[in-house]
Amino acid sequence: MPLLQLRDVTVQFTKTAGCLRRTMPTPPVVDQLSLQLHQGEMYGLVGESGCGKSTTARAIMGLNQLAKGQILFQGDDLSKMHRSSRKLRMKEIQMIFQDPYSSLNPRKNVWNIIAEPLRNFERLTRAEELKKVQELVERVGLNAESIYQYPHQFSGGQRQRIGIARALALRPQLLIADEPVSALDVSVQAQVLNFMKEIQEEFDLTMLFISHDLGIVRHMCDRIGIMYKGRLVEEGTIQDIYERPSHLYTKRLLAAMPEMNPEKRLEKMKQRFRINEEYELANEQFFDSSGRVVEMRKITDTHWAALK
Amino acid sequence: MIPQLLLLSILIFFLAKQMPGDAVTGAFMGKPNVSAEQMEKIREQHGLNDPWIVQYGRWIGDAIQGDFGQSFVHKQPVTQLLAGRIGNTIWLSVATLVVTYVIAIPLGMIAGRWTGSWADQFIVTYNYVSFATPVFVFALLMLYVFGFVLNWFPSGGSVDIRIEEGTAEYVWDRLKHLVLPVLSGSLLLTYSTVQYLRNEIIETKMKDFVKTARAKGVPEHAVYRRHVLRHSILPIAAFLGYEITGLIAGSVFIETIFSYPGLGRLFIDSIMTRDFTVVTALVLISGAAVIVGTMLSDIILRMVDPRIRLG
Amino acid sequence: MLTIHNLRTSFRIHDEFHPAVDGISLTIHKNEVLAIVGESGCGKSALALSILGLHPPERTKIEGTIEFQGQNLLQLSTAELNQIRGKRLAMIFQDPMTALHPLMIIGRQIEEPMKYHLTLSTKEKKQRALQLLERVGIHNNEQVYQQYPHELSGGMRQRVLIAMALACDPELLIADEPTTALDVTIQAQIMELMKELQRQSQAGILLITHDLGVVAEMADRVAVMYAGEIVELAPIHTLFHNPLHPYTRSLLHSLPSSFGQKGRLHVIEGMVPAIEHLKRSGCRFAPRIPWISNELHEVNPVLHEIAPQHFVRCVCHQHFYLPTERIGDEINASITAT
Repeated sequence: MPLLQLRDVTVQFTKTAGCLRRTMPTPPVVDQLSLQLHQGEMYGLVGESGCGKSTTARAIMGLNQLAKGQILFQGDDLSKMHRSSRKLRMKEIQMIFQDPYSSLNPRKNVWNIIAEPLRNFERLTRAEELKKVQELVERVGLNAESIYQYPHQFSGGQRQRIGIARALALRPQLLIADEPVSALDVSVQAQVLNFMKEIQEEFDLTMLFISHDLGIVRHMCDRIGIMYKGRLVEEGTIQDIYERPSHLYTKRLLAAMPEMNPEKRLEKMKQRFRINEEYELANEQFFDSSGRVVEMRKITDTHWAALK
Repeated sequence: MIPQLLLLSILIFFLAKQMPGDAVTGAFMGKPNVSAEQMEKIREQHGLNDPWIVQYGRWIGDAIQGDFGQSFVHKQPVTQLLAGRIGNTIWLSVATLVVTYVIAIPLGMIAGRWTGSWADQFIVTYNYVSFATPVFVFALLMLYVFGFVLNWFPSGGSVDIRIEEGTAEYVWDRLKHLVLPVLSGSLLLTYSTVQYLRNEIIETKMKDFVKTARAKGVPEHAVYRRHVLRHSILPIAAFLGYEITGLIAGSVFIETIFSYPGLGRLFIDSIMTRDFTVVTALVLISGAAVIVGTMLSDIILRMVDPRIRLG
Repeated sequence: MLTIHNLRTSFRIHDEFHPAVDGISLTIHKNEVLAIVGESGCGKSALALSILGLHPPERTKIEGTIEFQGQNLLQLSTAELNQIRGKRLAMIFQDPMTALHPLMIIGRQIEEPMKYHLTLSTKEKKQRALQLLERVGIHNNEQVYQQYPHELSGGMRQRVLIAMALACDPELLIADEPTTALDVTIQAQIMELMKELQRQSQAGILLITHDLGVVAEMADRVAVMYAGEIVELAPIHTLFHNPLHPYTRSLLHSLPSSFGQKGRLHVIEGMVPAIEHLKRSGCRFAPRIPWISNELHEVNPVLHEIAPQHFVRCVCHQHFYLPTERIGDEINASITAT
C-alpha cells in the first residue's frame, strides 16, 4: 500500500464576478490529479509557476478544499476524516516552505519555533521539551545555544535548517518540501540539499519534493512527475524522464535547462528551436480539443505519459 | 448604500429621542406661562406620544419624499430651512478642500523628495503643530488677529446684506467672507494629506520602477513628476471621499465661530433649542454625505488605478 | 568601450562606509558579453548600479574611474549622465514585476527614453515602440502597447523591459539578473532573444547573474566575484574547463546539474561574510578553505595573469584541492607509490 495516494484530486477556486456578485468557479488549478508515494521514496513534482504544484501540496496539508477526489494517507481518506482525528493524523505530514525569511515568526526564538508543533500534540515537561529541541537543533547542524536566538540572527541556509528541525519535531512519515532551496544561493543550496538527503535516509522519510529546477530534482529524487496546467503530463524514474522523455512538454522543459558546457551552446539552441517548432505543430497529440492534457497511459511499468 | 442609510436613520432617530427634553420643551423654554397640561396637549397633537416605531415610520416616510417636518423654532419647513443654508456650506467645503490640496500637495512633495532637509523638517513641524491644534482655538485666533485687530477680513456672516445680489461686488464680498473660515479649516486639514503624501513618496522613490526611470535617462524633475508622484498620489485621491467626514466635523466649529450661516451652525443652534426635526435631518444628511464620500473614494480609486479597474 | 578602473563603492552602515565593491577593474569590449557571476552580497549588483549612477548619493561613496567612450561617468553631473543613460547605456532590471511603472501603459514606458534622447514626433515614437515590441517577439504589439504591466505575464514584462532598454539603440546593455525571476522555458526564450538581439546590434552586454547555467549559455568572458573583489577572470571556455580559483571550483562543484550522478554535493565551509565584518587584508576566501595553511596565501593577493586573458587572484589555487578531488589524488598517489 502506498503511503500517500492522491485519487482524481481536483482543486478549484471561485471568484466573484458580474454586477450580481455571483461566485463563479475558475478553471481547476489541480485537475483530476492522481499520484502515489511509496514508503521511503523521494518523489519530485516538477512544473512551472502556475501549474498547480504548490496547490497540490496545500491540498495534501488540508489547506485547500478539494472539489473532487480523495487523498489517502496510509489508506485512510483524509478529506472524509473527522476534524479531531484528522488533526492527529496530520502530525505525520509536515511541510518545509520555500522562503526561509518569511516562514519563521520573527518574534519567536528558535526554541519556541521548534517546540510549537510539540506543544500542539505532545504534553512534555519543560525539561523534556528543552532536551528534544536541543537534540533537533544539533541534528540540523546548529549550535545548541542557538535556541535562544531569533530568526534574523541566522543566514538563509540556517533558517531553512530551523524550518526543517520544526518539521522533524514530530517525527513525521511524510515531508512535503515546497521549493525548499530556490531562495538560496548556490553554495548554501548544496548544504541544504545534502542535509535533506541525510535526514531522509536517517528517518526513513517519504518526501514530496516540489521544484521547478530539473537539475536539483534529478539529483535528489527517485521518481518524478511533470505537471502542466494542473495535470501530470509524464511520470517515471529519473532514467525514464531524463533519458527517454516521451511527452513534448517534458522535452521542452529539459531543453530549457541551461547548458553547462559552453561548447554545446549552439547545439542546445538548435535543439530548443526544433522542439519549440514541434511543440507548436504536434499540439493536438498531447492535448484534447479544450486544451486539457490528455489522460496518461502506460509506457513501461514505471513510465507513464499523457499521450493519445 | 440603502441598508446603511436605513440603519443610520433608525440609529439617529432613536438617539435623538433619547436626548433629554423634546421639541415642545425646547420651543417653550423660558416661557413659564405655558403649563404642563398645555405642553402635553401639544405633544398629543403632534403625535409625540406615539410609540417610537410609529413616529419613525411617519418620519422616514416623509423624509423620503423630501419632507423633514416643521422646525419648531424657526416655524418653517425643515427642508426649506436647509435649502437656504446648504449652498453656503457646500461653498465653504469645496473652497476648504481646494485650498487644503493646494497647500498640502506641494508641501508633501517637497518633504517627500528632500527628506531630512531643513524644508522637510519645517514641514513636518508645521504638520505636528497643525495636528495638535484644536480647530476652535485656531479659528478664534484667526478671527481675533485678522478679523478684529487687523480688520482685513469680515469677522462674520456670508455676505454683506447691503450689497445687491448678482453684482461682481457681491461675489467679491462673498469670497472675502470665505477667506478666514476657509483658511482656518484648511490649514489644519492639510495634516493627513501632507503626511500621507510624504510617506508615500519616500516609499515610492525606493521602488524599482523609479530606478528604471533614472536608468532611462529621465531628468530628475520628471522622475518625480511623472513617476513618483503619479504613484504616490493614489492614496490621496482615494482619501478625497473620506476628507468629507473631516469637513463636516470641522464645519460645525468653523461656522459657529465665524457665525457663518451654514448647516454646521444650524446644527449647533438646533441642539441648543432642542429643535429635534432639524437635528435628525442634519445628522441624516451628514451621514449620507459620509457614505457617499466613501463610495466616491472607491470610485476615484477605480478610476485612477488600472489594477483595480479590472479586478 | 567601457573601462572600469579600481572602482570602490562603499555604503554607509551605522555611520561608517563599507566597500561593497572593492577595487574592481574591468574592460568591456564592443560586441562582447561579459558576465559577472557571484552569490548574493558579493557586490555584483552594486557594481552595475555604480556604472549607471543609480546609488542614492547620500548613502554611497564611489571612488575610482568608470570610463565610457572617453568620459569618466563618475565625474558627470546628473544632467550630463542623463544624456547617456537610456541612450548609449541602458539597463535591464531583475524583477519584471516591479521594474515597470504600474500605472503607465506599456507604450508610454517604451517611448519615454525616445522622448528624452531622440527628436521624434508622437507618431514616429509610437511606430518605433511598436517595432521594438515586435522585435522582442511580442506580435500582438498594438494590444500590448495599450496595456498596463499587471495585465502581462512575467515573460512578457521581461520582453517589454528589453524593448525599453533597446529604445535608443544603446551601445552597452547592463542586464542585472535578467532571467532570475522567470520560469525555465521563459528563461530559455529570453536568453535566446538577448543573444539574437546582441548579434543584430553588436552592442556590448554586461550580464550580472548568480546562475552559472545562464553564464555558460550567454557569456564570452566571465568575471567571478567574491566579497567585493574579482577572484577570477577568464574567457568562457577556460572558466568552465580549467577553473583555477578555489571559489570558482567550489561553486562549480556545488551544482547538482554538473554531475548527473547522485553523490554528495560539495559544500563550501563557513558563510559569505557580511560587508561590515569583512577582513580587508589577505586572501578573502582563506577562511572558507581552512585546510590551506596561511603561508600558502599571498599577503596582499593580486590578480595574476596565468594564461593570456586568464586572471586569478592569490596564489593559493596552486595548492588547492577540493576534498573530493583530493581523495582522487590520494588514490592516484598511492597507486603510483606501489
